[in-house]
Amino acid sequence: MAKGVWIVAEQRDGAFRKISFELASTARKLADVLGEEVCAVLCGSGVEGIAGQLGKYGVDKVFVADAPALEPYTTDAHAAAVAKIVKENDPAILLLGASTQGKDLSARLVGKLATGLATDCTDVKIADGKLLAIRPMYAGKCFGEVVFSTFPQMASLRPNVFPAVENAKAGAVVKFDPALDAGLLKTKVLEVQKDTSGKADLTEANIIVSGGRGMKGPEGYAILEELAAVFGATVGASRAAVDAGWRPQSDQVGQTGKIVSPNLYIACGISGAIQHLAGMSSSKIIVAINKDAEAPIFTKADYGIVDDLFKVVPEFTKECKKLLA
Amino acid sequence: MNIVACVKQVPDTEAQIKVKPDGSGIEEGGIKWVMNTYDEFGVEEALRLKEKNGGEVTIVTIGPARAMETIRTALAMGADKGIHICDPAFDGADAYATASALAAAIKGIPHDIIFCGQRAIDDDSGQVGAVLAELLGIPQVTVITKLEFAGGAIKAIRPIEGAQLLIECPLPCLVTAQKGLNEPRYASLPGIMKAKRKPVDVKDLAALGVTVTANAKVAKFIPPPARAAGKIICGDDPAMKARELARLLREEAKVI
Repeated sequence: MAKGVWIVAEQRDGAFRKISFELASTARKLADVLGEEVCAVLCGSGVEGIAGQLGKYGVDKVFVADAPALEPYTTDAHAAAVAKIVKENDPAILLLGASTQGKDLSARLVGKLATGLATDCTDVKIADGKLLAIRPMYAGKCFGEVVFSTFPQMASLRPNVFPAVENAKAGAVVKFDPALDAGLLKTKVLEVQKDTSGKADLTEANIIVSGGRGMKGPEGYAILEELAAVFGATVGASRAAVDAGWRPQSDQVGQTGKIVSPNLYIACGISGAIQHLAGMSSSKIIVAINKDAEAPIFTKADYGIVDDLFKVVPEFTKECKKLLA
Repeated sequence: MNIVACVKQVPDTEAQIKVKPDGSGIEEGGIKWVMNTYDEFGVEEALRLKEKNGGEVTIVTIGPARAMETIRTALAMGADKGIHICDPAFDGADAYATASALAAAIKGIPHDIIFCGQRAIDDDSGQVGAVLAELLGIPQVTVITKLEFAGGAIKAIRPIEGAQLLIECPLPCLVTAQKGLNEPRYASLPGIMKAKRKPVDVKDLAALGVTVTANAKVAKFIPPPARAAGKIICGDDPAMKARELARLLREEAKVI
């Protein structure tokens, strides 16, 4: 009988990604309902030393695979290692992050474990002793309640949605041999080109300042950059702005761009086309600044200002600087 | 070079999605069906690869009869032939079932490189490509924005949080396309005419020898949670409204 709530922890350069703690806390909650253990899998090179940190967030046991071939992340190596330890232990539930790495890995594991996965969940709970995963579909235009008929029941959790709560458990470290077959490690990371801006990725940002067609051109974004700098926020854009060439592809928020869930989303000069709303409506607080009172963005906004953003935003920046000084 | 591109027919991004009253699915009436955006990038890249290196592009889809339009669109763009897996049993199939059927169809044809979209914009699962790669026993590079092919291997750019990876992978392999990979071409009129005569093989599950299971199943579709009505900050002076906004975010919402 499959038992236990497992997570795949995520680290980069020897430090845990925040999602790992969100996963641990969520797994703890589920495991307490079931009266079962929380176990984590941690893969990397030279990571044994950090494994115990997961105990702080409710993990009972951490299975660690420590091998040079596990750094940097490749699908081949990590999927083989995780599948091996999961098959040996038969957990009931397996949670990963819906980060770029977690999405890549979780989907490959579905193939290896011949099971089912609910991607990018915004809520998970136990119903009748089984996992019930709730996830946006059609980029949030509707939601699905996912149930499972195989084990492990897999879900990937949207970053920034589940709280990381301290709840100290043993966090006992158990090493395992991933038994990697070098012949099956086909992909190679030749280069990691780091973004040196120091800004959080849109999918991980706490605050996003986003601009649309109302910015009137690439120069218009200067006032958004200035506002973003006050909070260490990340600047996003609507599809209209990206398609016009004002902002890079990687800045696009929406159904065909990034799906984001910051604590605060400030939409400036964005009318709120349905495909944009789909990408940001799971933000906790939404602010809209737009001169068109009829713009659909106001139907999603917690706070709205109907006015010229070029007059409002600089004043807002000034005020925030004062408040945060 | 034998190239396969998997495509899915989905509601276009402007579609309003309404959940059926019994929660069993979405209302399909009035929806405009199009090729999944990310699959279009895959098809375009497949065609560019063929134009440079020679070979053939096969389009594979799973879907009801209407999905044939999507195959024809890809053929009109320049692909050579199609496989349409059409069986009512696929209604509600999950990624594992979908990938199993695709794998059964693709195993029977030569494949050096397979393209999928990084996710379909209907169920947003983003799993099928990777599961398919696993079932075929080939490596994957997912969510790529650049592709080069030389000397029997690809080099691809994969953006991750705060960085871009340059990844090398030998053929045969599977890649999933992200926006930014290319600008998909429009089908030309002669292309559309030619597409009508290109071969499309229609197969059902029995022909593929697979059964459909749903390891993960959407038991219920629900409308998105409603957001409480927001507060419009009134006044004539933009500076005053900006100050009030800052105050509310600080004192009421407590997010700054």
